[in-house]
Amino acid sequence: MRIYCTDMEGNEHELQATEEWSVMEIIREGGLPILAQCGGSCACATCHVYVDPTWKSKLPEPNEEEVGMLDGAFDVTADSRLACQIIFNKNLDGLKIKLAPGSI
Amino acid sequence: MSDQIPIHSADAVIVGAGPVGLFAVFELGLNDIKCHLVDILERPGGQCAELYPEKPIYDIPAVPICTGTELTEKLLEQIKPFEPVFHFGQMAEKLEKTPDGKWRLTTDRGTVIEAKVVVIAAGGGSFVPKRPPIKGIEAFEGKSVFYAVRKMEQFRDKTILIAGGGDSALDWTINLQPIAKRITLVHRRDEFRAAPDSILKMRALVAEGLMDLKIANIAAVNGVDGKINEVVLQEEGKQPHPLACDSLLAFYGLTMKLGPVANFGIDLHQNLIPVNTADFETNVPTIFAIGDINAYPGKMKLILSGFHEAALMAKKAFAYVHPDRRYRFQYTTSSSDLQHKLGVDAA
Repeated sequence: MRIYCTDMEGNEHELQATEEWSVMEIIREGGLPILAQCGGSCACATCHVYVDPTWKSKLPEPNEEEVGMLDGAFDVTADSRLACQIIFNKNLDGLKIKLAPGSI
Repeated sequence: MSDQIPIHSADAVIVGAGPVGLFAVFELGLNDIKCHLVDILERPGGQCAELYPEKPIYDIPAVPICTGTELTEKLLEQIKPFEPVFHFGQMAEKLEKTPDGKWRLTTDRGTVIEAKVVVIAAGGGSFVPKRPPIKGIEAFEGKSVFYAVRKMEQFRDKTILIAGGGDSALDWTINLQPIAKRITLVHRRDEFRAAPDSILKMRALVAEGLMDLKIANIAAVNGVDGKINEVVLQEEGKQPHPLACDSLLAFYGLTMKLGPVANFGIDLHQNLIPVNTADFETNVPTIFAIGDINAYPGKMKLILSGFHEAALMAKKAFAYVHPDRRYRFQYTTSSSDLQHKLGVDAA
């Protein structure tokens, strides 16, 4: 299983994905730079990503804490998520995301 | 002379008052090493205070659960007998050798501390304000774009745009509103994460027409010679449009940057400080690095790793601070000497 992550330069990377890992961990394990300063506890907004609109409906809605934490991110759009709060499962095989400002 | 800067004298100066820096005070204290600590935050706790004060931590040995705040409070209680001296709200900026072989640490607020050993427990670096990724914003910083308010008076009669949705943004909106010419608060959504009372006050000011609230992102800042004259706002579903202002205050929270530690003259590898695992000394003798900021084979960024590192560091620091004394390994359970230092002896 894999995800596709576009970096800040616009290059797409295919990353091996593991079930029950957060997308932040998958990005980090894949060797792409992602700040994720709080280590995945939804406390810092430095793993801000954009989810490809075609995949949004397959993800659970962000909870209130995540939406609030996005206040500390930049250029937040309707596609914005914190990668540490997206838990990968087999239904997300092929997920497309893009690193967002503040994440590297 | 009143304008002379006092030089603080310590055995050890610790850069960073997070959990590991605090516990270092304990281990050093048992070894008769008095500490001063410098931290850019206004309070102790580091990430425990800034990022997850209310979030639970489950992996502190023998403490099944505590919050970041509780861990900090317990550590402060534990190190109280050693009377650490804190220098909060300042960044360790410069480190140099004195003629008599000590270290002289100077902060960005001009505090000077001299010590025989330096312990860098700076975690992920200094907490500094997040800078919006707006093209060319650097040219305005410190002149008309600010990430903190040092003197309120400089904003009198200004047309101010405040960005953000947390307590800092709301507090400064409310505090500056009476003296500003006009304030506009800009936030990406019509919900705020701040003290309920502040939100009510802000809403009331908007309702009375005493300030403006815009739900938008900032797309650009324009101006000349460091002075902004307008901010371009992007409201959802609308064309970007300019809003005239002469000051922008942006409050998007804090982020960690390594900062001046990079210029201390010690080896760095990928923004971390390599150390040996016998005593957590850097490549420069008498400078140690413990906690999240160091790197060695097998390193795990856990608070408990930093505690262990502090104990081994203190043993080596003792040799530098008290070269004439022989190191004695003792247990707090049985040593009347240690119990005396902790103030728990029967005498």
